[in-house]
Amino acid sequence: MWNWKTGGLALGLVFFLAVMLVKPIGVSTQFVILDGIIWDAINPEVVTQTEDGKYTSINAYLAKSGGKYAKNIANPLNYSFVFVIAMMIGALISAALRGWVRPEERMMPPIWRANFGDSAAKRYLAAFVGGFIVLFGARLAGGCTSGHMMSGIMQTSLSGYLFALAAFSAAIPLALVMYRKEG
Amino acid sequence: MSHIILALVIGALFGFVLDRIGATNPQYILKMLNLTDMHLAKTILLAIGVGSVLIFGGQMLGIVDVGHMSVKATHLGVVVGGFIFGIGWALSGFCPGTGVCAAVTGRKDALFFIAGGLLGAAAYMAVYADVKASGLLDKIAGGKVTLGTIPGSKYHGITELPGDVVGIVLGLMFIALAFALPERLRGAEEGAGATQPAE
Repeated sequence: MWNWKTGGLALGLVFFLAVMLVKPIGVSTQFVILDGIIWDAINPEVVTQTEDGKYTSINAYLAKSGGKYAKNIANPLNYSFVFVIAMMIGALISAALRGWVRPEERMMPPIWRANFGDSAAKRYLAAFVGGFIVLFGARLAGGCTSGHMMSGIMQTSLSGYLFALAAFSAAIPLALVMYRKEG
Repeated sequence: MSHIILALVIGALFGFVLDRIGATNPQYILKMLNLTDMHLAKTILLAIGVGSVLIFGGQMLGIVDVGHMSVKATHLGVVVGGFIFGIGWALSGFCPGTGVCAAVTGRKDALFFIAGGLLGAAAYMAVYADVKASGLLDKIAGGKVTLGTIPGSKYHGITELPGDVVGIVLGLMFIALAFALPERLRGAEEGAGATQPAE
């Protein structure tokens, strides 16, 4: 693993590169886009094209901002969706080069095991519920760690600071209570 | 098409770096949040600082297009949503980007995080109309605003200060903060050996 100096420099460069060449990095919207793709595959009425070539949806969230989410659902080969697929490829390459996660850590990190025991079901439930809460909160806030906290603060955006303050003021006290043993 | 190639290259770089800094490992996220290992926090602070200095320095030199900025709206939902986000973050040890990357490195718990995330995003889609009607998403403090007024930007500043200079000064402060932040903020656990997982 890289130390924080190398890692911070590399991470900062990637965020800068994204702004210079295209636009700031963001991830959580793509959970909505994937939901929309799945939903539209089941029910083709979900996303439709209007006569003037624009896209809209029966869902108010997908139809908002002139149908930009609806458009991306209809055309999954767009920048932001491909970006997240590419993130997975990048992480895959890194893991392949360094060696994959050790078998005993695949179900849970040591700190979880130290505090809550060996039950995989318990960890999976926490990860599932945590995922639900994280994405619901991120969508309400309009972004997540990458979009609000990193890209936002980097651009001196007021909303980025507010998001980071709110997120840490919930996460740190909860983590202090949940993870008393260090693992 | 060139945008797709850029998405592939920058996205892959981002995923690669997220894995290399340990962000795909919930162990490090949780040890940052319980204040026992701040290396990830130092990494994030340095990255924000470096990014900020380069973005605004680049704007001053004319090599970064101010129009590439994308500032998100300020509303009460940012605070409420951020707080909700923080609860799930501490519960799971993943955020959206690190979760999807963690899954491909072999973490099974990350797959459950993604499944929960897809459901959580769908739940928001279902209640969006009500959330909007509640006024939670109404703009406050001017909506899409930056701390200073950035030359050539379509976003308003909440102060008259030159926004690019503000960005560079704050960037340098984040870099200093990254160096100043101790490796751990909580006292060492009594009788516990240093059991850092080998990576």
